[in-house]
Amino acid sequence: MDNEILIEAQALSRRYGPTMAVSELNLTLRKGDILGLLGPNGAGKTTTMKMLAGCLAPTSGAVKIKGISLAEEPKRAKAHLGYLPEQPPLYPELTVNEYLRYCAGLHGVPRAEREDAVARAKQACALNDVAQRLIGNLSKGYQQRVGLAQAIIHRPPVVILDEPTIGLDPIQIREIRALIRELGHRHSVILSSHILPEIQAVCSRVMIINKGRVVYAEALNRSAPARVESVIVGLRRAPDEAALKNIPGVRDVQTLSNGQFRLAVAPQQDPREALAEAAVKHGWGLTELRSESKSLEEIFVELTSGDAAAAETLKEAA
Amino acid sequence: MNTTLTIARAEARRIFASPLAWAVLAVLQLILGVFFVLYLNAYSEGAMMSADQYMGVSDYIGGGLYSTANVVFLLVVPLLTMRLFAEERKNGSITLLYSAPASLIEIVLGKFLGLLSFVLAAVGLLALMSFTLIAGTHLDLGRIAAGLLGLLLMMSAFGAGGLFVSTLTREPVIAAVGGFGLLLLIWILQAVGQSAPQTIPFSQALSYLSMTGHFESLRRGVVSTEDVVYYLLFIALFLWLAVLRLDMERS
Repeated sequence: MDNEILIEAQALSRRYGPTMAVSELNLTLRKGDILGLLGPNGAGKTTTMKMLAGCLAPTSGAVKIKGISLAEEPKRAKAHLGYLPEQPPLYPELTVNEYLRYCAGLHGVPRAEREDAVARAKQACALNDVAQRLIGNLSKGYQQRVGLAQAIIHRPPVVILDEPTIGLDPIQIREIRALIRELGHRHSVILSSHILPEIQAVCSRVMIINKGRVVYAEALNRSAPARVESVIVGLRRAPDEAALKNIPGVRDVQTLSNGQFRLAVAPQQDPREALAEAAVKHGWGLTELRSESKSLEEIFVELTSGDAAAAETLKEAA
Repeated sequence: MNTTLTIARAEARRIFASPLAWAVLAVLQLILGVFFVLYLNAYSEGAMMSADQYMGVSDYIGGGLYSTANVVFLLVVPLLTMRLFAEERKNGSITLLYSAPASLIEIVLGKFLGLLSFVLAAVGLLALMSFTLIAGTHLDLGRIAAGLLGLLLMMSAFGAGGLFVSTLTREPVIAAVGGFGLLLLIWILQAVGQSAPQTIPFSQALSYLSMTGHFESLRRGVVSTEDVVYYLLFIALFLWLAVLRLDMERS
């Protein structure tokens, strides 16, 4: 089954004393999904990931991993899980080999397969050169990779990565991204990041969290051209709005100043060509024609800046 | 069970991979060596006493050296238990255990068993020191063995107490000081109980609960089930408290 649900969170909430860190978060992840978790500092990303990884019990709500409840059968559920926390959980006094062997054992990899699992994880995270060195003596980037190797060593169907590319150099970042993309074929991955292009480059879906709430959750389609959401058109001899509205694909017309109009576009359509033709045919004197589409960054800023958040709370209160 | 052993093995490996364990063992060996010589010296000088006062060399070693060793161990064990949870929490590596398919009981037991490897090493070194006497004299091995068993149980109990305190905090130093405080408190319960049996309520119960009293008979070569069970219950209690505490932390 290709779209098997691997992780499912329902109405997940977490309270720290009076503060609500995460509230009513729903999340479904299917096989092959790479979900990017975005949000400003303190939005609840790490708390969410901790709860999904079973390191923190939710105040209310439930998590199911491969259909197994994390609260009721934690051991079975966690066997399908790989987790790299913000700070990689390393033992500086062990060598990379010793550490990975331990992690393989801890995650229930049978003894006979442990060496293979270690070799595979080292290969995937390019750790072969440092395999005999003490983790404490490795650079931050290598330590991050050891942490990542730890999370995938038992080939879990669900991999949760909290800021996986932090502290890496650009080449390593590219390698890790490639690795995550590859993981995405067979596993489903949740990763958090502050770096928007990273999410855009790697993820198939994005979820933006602000103040513990999901404010945006959409699929990201990297291959398709950016969706046209509205078109700005400038006309020297403007017709009335109704004429513009008759052009196929135009949903709504808003008059701006100086013969400019903003045309809201019906979903999945692009009226620009028809608009240009109509302008020529009727002699409207086309001076400007450009599409407006929101980038992830604009969406992010819009949803998480103070005003929007305040509006959100107002709506909530009303 | 497998998970427990995996954790225990890794814990033991980490204890002996760190310089701390070796430094502690070295210092222990030096101090206990000095006491060993002092006791032997005192014994050889007192050997002229009359027949009814006569004490065997095994008594001297079992009684004197092992009691002293107990006090030294009391100072040392919290230094090792502080690493178990407090230090792991501080450097974030505890997440590895929390996100792994291991129950809290397995984690706590694994850690405790790992710590036992150090306890065995410390007691083993002390045993070797006592056994050097075999070359020159007749040693009551049963008696020595009872004393060593007592030490082992005592140190394991220290370990369990220290482990519990280690789960309470994220600062290793606080875990060490707290562990030391807890152990010393339980240690001196007897003194509290005996100092004023009339004025202090439950003084009998207090001195019974103290760890010192139960070591007394073992040290004299009497292995009584009651004392052994006391230590085992003590260990079980604190490990259980540690599990409860970790469970509270998660939610």
